[in-house]
Amino acid sequence: MTQAIPEEPASVDADLTLYRLHGCPFCERVVTTLDDLDVDYHSRFIEAMHSERDLIERIAGSREVPVIVDHNTGVAMGESSRIVKYLYNTYRGDR
Amino acid sequence: MRRKVTELPETDHVETGEEAPDFTRPLVTDEYWEDVALSDLLEDGPVLLVFHPMDGAFPTTYVYNELKDRSIFDGPAQVVGITISTPYDHAKTIEERGIEAIRGLYADPKNGVAAEYGVTHDLDGMAGIEEPRLALFLVEEDGTIAFDWVAEAWPQFPDYDALEDALADL
Repeated sequence: MTQAIPEEPASVDADLTLYRLHGCPFCERVVTTLDDLDVDYHSRFIEAMHSERDLIERIAGSREVPVIVDHNTGVAMGESSRIVKYLYNTYRGDR
Repeated sequence: MRRKVTELPETDHVETGEEAPDFTRPLVTDEYWEDVALSDLLEDGPVLLVFHPMDGAFPTTYVYNELKDRSIFDGPAQVVGITISTPYDHAKTIEERGIEAIRGLYADPKNGVAAEYGVTHDLDGMAGIEEPRLALFLVEEDGTIAFDWVAEAWPQFPDYDALEDALADL
């Protein structure tokens, strides 16, 4: 599978893109952190079916949500605890 | 015996030569959905906006089958559908109709975009639900509507030949 990762819509100038699943508590945890840190993000809601999550596998090497892509740093990562830690390290005190 | 279809009430819809009203709604593809503005799509070229009844309705199936048969998805305009169905319905429709080549299907459960374009259909016998009537708007890159077709009866199917002519004239 060599499909590219689709670009964000032209009008989006958010700091990062959040790949999330509708109703996933780990994703909501990341949303809360983003809101706390006042980081602007763009949401992409992905397939619920684990076997059909090729897109995030291409991005982060795993089919687990959430995944973030930080457009400021180029970082792409999964796993909510890691993401929360990363966000605090990168954006706390920055705003 | 010719079966009589129901005439739809006259509607003051946007027309060829006018500017297509911009809007943002979740656009569903076979992989994900995200908020996308019509103006975002126009940055990449012309757009064929297809208002249709909710997913699962047979006229919706017919329209997608016809667009696919005529290779409209491979043509000069990005094709997007729009109706009141949810992103989950849209994902299923893309798979069941085999229309992965479509740019996406907009989810507009409140039917607000259809209202903006003047193409709503008040459904008889379904309390609290309205949907778009079948309508096509071919929008040029600068936002001008190059071609429109709006159903005047329920059901009534688009003039696909006229659409193909308009696509060829882009």
